[in-house]
Amino acid sequence: MTRAFSGRDSEELTLDRLAREELEADDVRIHPDTLEHQAAVAEQHDNPQLAANFRRAAELALMSEADVLALYEALRPHRATAEELEALATRLEGVPAPLCAALVREAGDVYARRGLLR
Amino acid sequence: MSDQPVGRIRFMDQQRVNLDGFAHEDVGLGLVAMASPHDPKPSLVLRDGRVAEMDGRSAEDFDALDALIAGHGIDLSVAEEAMALDDVAFARLFVDPAVPRAEVVRLVSGTTPAKLAQVIALLRPAELTMAMTKMRARRTPSNQAHVTNRLDDPLLLAADAATAAAYGFREVETTVPVLADAPSNAVAVTVGAAIASPGVLVQCSVEEAMELEMGIRGLVSYAETVSLYGTEPVFVDGDDTPYSKAILAAAYASRGVKMRVSSGAGAEVLMGGAEQCSMLYLESRCVSLARAMGVQGVQNGGIDGASVAASVPRGVRELMAENVMVMARNLEACTGNDALMSESDVRRTSRTLPILLAGSDYVCSGFGSIQRYDNMFGPSQWNAEDFDDWLAMQRDWGVDGGLRTAAPAEVGRLRREAAEACRDVYRYLGLADFTDDHVDRAVDAVGSKDLVVDGVEPDAMVVLGAAQAIRSSGLGSLEVARALQECGYEAAAGRVLDMLAARVHGDHLQTAAIFDESMNVLSLVTDPNDYAGPGTGYEPSAARQAEIDGIRQARGVEDLRKDQALLADDSFRVVGPAAAGSDPREVVIGLSPGIGRTVWQTLSGLSVVDTLRELLAGLEEEGCLARVVRVNGTLDLGMVGLTAARLAGSGIGIGLQGKGTALIHRRDLPPLANLELYSMAPIITPDLYRLLGTNAGRHAKGATPVPARNPYTDEAIEARYHTSVIALVALERSCVDRSLGNEDIEVTR
Repeated sequence: MTRAFSGRDSEELTLDRLAREELEADDVRIHPDTLEHQAAVAEQHDNPQLAANFRRAAELALMSEADVLALYEALRPHRATAEELEALATRLEGVPAPLCAALVREAGDVYARRGLLR
Repeated sequence: MSDQPVGRIRFMDQQRVNLDGFAHEDVGLGLVAMASPHDPKPSLVLRDGRVAEMDGRSAEDFDALDALIAGHGIDLSVAEEAMALDDVAFARLFVDPAVPRAEVVRLVSGTTPAKLAQVIALLRPAELTMAMTKMRARRTPSNQAHVTNRLDDPLLLAADAATAAAYGFREVETTVPVLADAPSNAVAVTVGAAIASPGVLVQCSVEEAMELEMGIRGLVSYAETVSLYGTEPVFVDGDDTPYSKAILAAAYASRGVKMRVSSGAGAEVLMGGAEQCSMLYLESRCVSLARAMGVQGVQNGGIDGASVAASVPRGVRELMAENVMVMARNLEACTGNDALMSESDVRRTSRTLPILLAGSDYVCSGFGSIQRYDNMFGPSQWNAEDFDDWLAMQRDWGVDGGLRTAAPAEVGRLRREAAEACRDVYRYLGLADFTDDHVDRAVDAVGSKDLVVDGVEPDAMVVLGAAQAIRSSGLGSLEVARALQECGYEAAAGRVLDMLAARVHGDHLQTAAIFDESMNVLSLVTDPNDYAGPGTGYEPSAARQAEIDGIRQARGVEDLRKDQALLADDSFRVVGPAAAGSDPREVVIGLSPGIGRTVWQTLSGLSVVDTLRELLAGLEEEGCLARVVRVNGTLDLGMVGLTAARLAGSGIGIGLQGKGTALIHRRDLPPLANLELYSMAPIITPDLYRLLGTNAGRHAKGATPVPARNPYTDEAIEARYHTSVIALVALERSCVDRSLGNEDIEVTR
């Protein structure tokens, strides 16, 4: 059984329920546990990097659309100072999104060295 | 002396291939395909379990690409073994069928960008084809279509998306000339694809942030135009870094949206940032980065820069080598054949053919399924006018290039249903109102130019208004499914809902995933490529083979028999057995056995009755007596003519075959000789048959005929008519009966 983000069983995504207007956006949104499962599958198929991506995705799955878009924006070149990236990483740890936080910290180090900070 | 070259050279200059740009190699500009002296030598130094040096650069000097690749992209447990492997020995693993794909993947995961580029550069074209056959991730090949138009017209987008799905494309990619129209295009293409087929993945390629927004809202089911570049400055010029792209990859997955990145030769050259490196090395960095970021696939093989690569020596080979690198990194390959790289049909076919033969996860990363002028990515390597060519090439080689024939009536039906569904959904959601006339035009349109009425294009503000309404209301695919259902398109509603459910399952996030028409995921996980030499790997199922073979133009004897039978009438009547004549003015026209029985029309389209009428008129003009005799015992034109000559009082006969070939014969000549012969049946005109009659009359009278010249054409006349000839011969063969002898025939005129 696969549960949607809302907790609804994916088997319940039927035309009848659609007609009764019982389905909502979170009923067709992926659950972080499903992404963890996909990560395990990717690992079994010789792609640990894809697995790592799915695990970062599992963290982002908990976040709002606006927060995800803002995270992407902050990592674009010359958008953030070192302090802002560090603050972002700290916030991500609180989500909790430790894997994304680690990637942001790594980016911060590289950006500092390569002149990509604001 | 003129400076102008001689005619032969002027003639060559006019050929389309000379519209293409060809460049000298120029290392300084990065105009070099496979290897530059400035490409770094492969190296990998590990210290304390970390990469201390990669491809000649130490860790403290790593740019952002190096940092991400070295930190995440290389399997350090394999690296020592892989980097130590001799390049030639490594290259051989790609083509040796005894070495499993998994073993190559294992070793490649330990290579640096420079090492992989250096190994792949050793593969010659046929070896690249073998490597692609073995190394692609998914067993079943597939293809992707562009569906766009100049006006962002939703009804035409829907009709064209349905058409693309009907022809078998499993991914449909749209984009916009007007950025703000994007949400409308996404909805229109989603509706159109769902009308025609379950499981078609849809994307709308626009600026990164907006594309992500649409993905998160569920308006599209995959994303592709997430660009990577092989050097840091070009990356930053594109307003991204490897790290921002890595987060983007995770962001798409976080909402169950499939995603691949886009790279490919020439982009760095065009942006003046190739750093004197070869295209293959820079692309190897992109592919290594894609793997390091954790994306499942790459669109490469020179996308927008394909013609840059193609302008230098071995450039087309480099494009294919890029794709093989992706496959070797265990990623989905969407193998270019996207932007048009030549004005020449010969060159563009040459560029694509090896990939079509090898099979790829997506042979084209954008087959332009619409008119060239409507393709808002720019014209593709393959376009709407090439559908039948593609289908014929698949059939010629017995390979699966992802397309199938759609029955003409079905295409008409689906286009109408798609345009109407799109109109109804837009109305239901309060996005826009379209007229019946607009629907009719979209259904029948070849392209958006056909939507213009009295020189006036559809109102662009209507589309913009719809797009803004979609965006501001936060409307997503769930609402689109509901609208389809409410408007009576239950099956299409179910298909859109199924795609949303797929997003919850996430199985299509795995490498190289497509859905088949039963909504099964075909991917590296569920449908792994198991090629290991002849007799293994992908082979089309019987049903799929029938689709590949069954192009709509194919004809058999029965089709021709029916066509001919439709023209039958009672103008031929058998009088009785034919005897030898004695009147010196008599010329006999000998007919092959099928004429007036199974064969009623020659290859030129002239009826056999009209053909005879011309021959008889020519004889009459010369004052000859004409007699028509059917020669039942042979198909051979020479023997038919000779038999007629031997029956004729004058000793001159005309032989006529059902397909229209004709000759003049004389009774004392050997069978294979003749006086005049028309061999080019498809292009013989009524005038020429009359001239043949006249000349036969002159031979009979001992006068001097003006020899007729066979008409000439430089067209592929044999390709056009040989299948009909074979069928006509079969129809005539069924009438051969030696026991009937020769019969006098009365032809009613």
